[in-house]
Amino acid sequence: MQNLRPLLLTNAKLVDPASGTVTQGSIALDHGVIAAMGAGIDPHALPQDAEKIDVGGRVVAPGLIDMRAFVGEPGHEYRETLASASKAAAAGGVTTVVTMPDTDPVVDDPAVVDFLMRRARDTASVHMLPAAALTKGLAGHEMTEFGLMKEAGAVFMTDARKAVADPLVMRRALTYARDFDILLVQHVEDQRLAGGVMNEGELASRLGLPGIPRESETLMLERDMRLVRLTSGRYHAAMISCSDSVEIMRRNRQDGLNVSCGVSINSLTLNENDIGPYRTFLKLSPPLRAEEDRQAVIAALADGLIDVIVSDHDPQDVEAKRQPFAECADGAVGLQTLLSASMRLVHSGDISLVKILRALTTRPAELLGLPQGRLQVGAPADVIVFDPDEPYVLEPGSLYSLCHNTAFDQARLQGVVALTVVGGRVVHRLESLAR
Amino acid sequence: MTRTAVFPHRHLLGIEGLSPQDITILLDLADEAVEVSRQVEKKKTALRGRTQINLFFEASTRTQSSFELAGKRLGADVMNMSVASSSIKKGETLIDTAMTLNAMRPDLIVVRHHAAGAVQLLARKVDCSVINAGDGAHEHPTQALLDALTIRRNKGALRGLVVAICGDILHSRVARSNLILLNAMGAEVRVVGPSTLLPRGIERMGAKVFTSMRDGLRDADIVMMLRLQRERMNGSFVPSVKEYFHYYGLDAEKLSFAKPDALVMHPGPMNRGVEIASDIADGAQSLIREQVEMGVAVRMAVLEALAAHLPNG
Repeated sequence: MQNLRPLLLTNAKLVDPASGTVTQGSIALDHGVIAAMGAGIDPHALPQDAEKIDVGGRVVAPGLIDMRAFVGEPGHEYRETLASASKAAAAGGVTTVVTMPDTDPVVDDPAVVDFLMRRARDTASVHMLPAAALTKGLAGHEMTEFGLMKEAGAVFMTDARKAVADPLVMRRALTYARDFDILLVQHVEDQRLAGGVMNEGELASRLGLPGIPRESETLMLERDMRLVRLTSGRYHAAMISCSDSVEIMRRNRQDGLNVSCGVSINSLTLNENDIGPYRTFLKLSPPLRAEEDRQAVIAALADGLIDVIVSDHDPQDVEAKRQPFAECADGAVGLQTLLSASMRLVHSGDISLVKILRALTTRPAELLGLPQGRLQVGAPADVIVFDPDEPYVLEPGSLYSLCHNTAFDQARLQGVVALTVVGGRVVHRLESLAR
Repeated sequence: MTRTAVFPHRHLLGIEGLSPQDITILLDLADEAVEVSRQVEKKKTALRGRTQINLFFEASTRTQSSFELAGKRLGADVMNMSVASSSIKKGETLIDTAMTLNAMRPDLIVVRHHAAGAVQLLARKVDCSVINAGDGAHEHPTQALLDALTIRRNKGALRGLVVAICGDILHSRVARSNLILLNAMGAEVRVVGPSTLLPRGIERMGAKVFTSMRDGLRDADIVMMLRLQRERMNGSFVPSVKEYFHYYGLDAEKLSFAKPDALVMHPGPMNRGVEIASDIADGAQSLIREQVEMGVAVRMAVLEALAAHLPNG
């Protein structure tokens, strides 16, 4: 392991989403943590061998933490490996990625959690933290070894693309998880009611596609809220997508229920109209909803009702996507574009930079119990440097992911990551960044 | 020795409803029965001429044989009736069975049934004394009495002791009867287990609730382990045997949090390596075999106490 050179980033706009402060100045990274920061840090106090980088007025922020990404390792390495996903993450400014457990074998045993921890340590450049299955084999019947898998390193339990349909199983899981202070993350969708392939409504009818009603989401969310009330378990809805779900969250939060939720970057920046002529890269779960729904989730994000933004990164190979819309796989890659897609909401004036970074860094760190997610002295040196305004056109060929099924194919985006540092180590750097 | 107090009940349906004095009467009688059972001549005549029926709707080895021995040592004619639970599904059939047996004029019926409340129902339909040998997840009074006797003989008294009852509290009639008895006798009762195996409102029944063995066993005088049924540890109530033993199985490390002279109990039959490690079950702190001996004595005491209420008794 090479010795880490201390880093001094000067001429920076330092954004700490945890405290909400923005300052001009410098930041020093040493021994894997933020050693000093602010307008008046004394460069002589730093070690002689520190590398100095003038970041040219760019933003310095904590690295992004993505609570939902699908990786094909183990079992589907042709789709994505921990190494390839971590490259995409580093290029996109994501320094911590939570990987979903629906691999082959399923992550439902402490030995598989252990394998993923070791594999990430040996092959990945950013933190790749495994989520474990909530039920054995993701079958929805029997809970997994929550305690032992948490000890092995699993950050939460989820059945990934599936909701736990049986309310008795969910009740007992919430009850049992409480003893171990484990967060349960639910994909809020009643699969039997969902049925279709895109948002139910006029557009689906025009396209001749079966619809997915909002109620497939709200029924599951309402049910789970009742079960959380009964059990006092820790619960997080992975992604909500519509205005009715926002109201359910608002009501239950007001009642003091200990629940949180996320939203996919896709639901924040796209709507059902973007599907246009059956574009399969926009076939997602939850489906892209109507513009009113998009506005509702943006407003909920702005007032803190939605806690986190996730990439829902889901690499699907060409064969899985080059199919008629109704028959192709769900999902789009998103790690590399998470930050620049988020900047759309900042540039449109919907939400401030600090607030959106909070949902991308501080809140996920709090939910996962990580020391990251803040730009403060003593915090881990997981730091990114980016220009929120720099424009580019997304060429799928520039994606590091092994699959290029992006919802932002040829889209004009703003926000380029110039430097990504994980634990004090540079894992991504633009050639143009001055040394 | 003269006994001024007399056990005032006709049936023994549960610990609920017994006064501390009632419990003490039974424990004192049981102490005498221990002496009788340790003699070469184990026979007494308190139940001579009496008929005792052991009516078991649920399979049992040790409780049934313990009641049989107890009855025989007191001179009763003992008949064992094991009824396959599948053939008895309706309350009516249970009552029919009770009426049929009642017509045979028994003096004592010992009943075990898989449904809570079934023994009470039966007791209302017969003329003889009824002893509950376990009804569903409700009560198992003779188990609680034999546990109390075992503790009292080893610790001198029950008052002030810290007793941790650990494991599957939810489905356990042993836990409920013990909780009521130990509270009545002035012990501090704790229940320890995963939240999925703790009944709601148990804290209002007089138990301090713990979900961690370390916290629950800290400074305990008695550690009482409960059996966990195999079908409940495959992901329904707890994820697996491995995880259950890791967090809730009694091993030397967890036992070290209890007092150095803490004693370990288990109502049996044990799942070694599930709720209790073999070396602990067989170790110096274990009272498990002594519990079995006390079981016969307590059942003799109960039969004798109830016999005093029988007609011509």
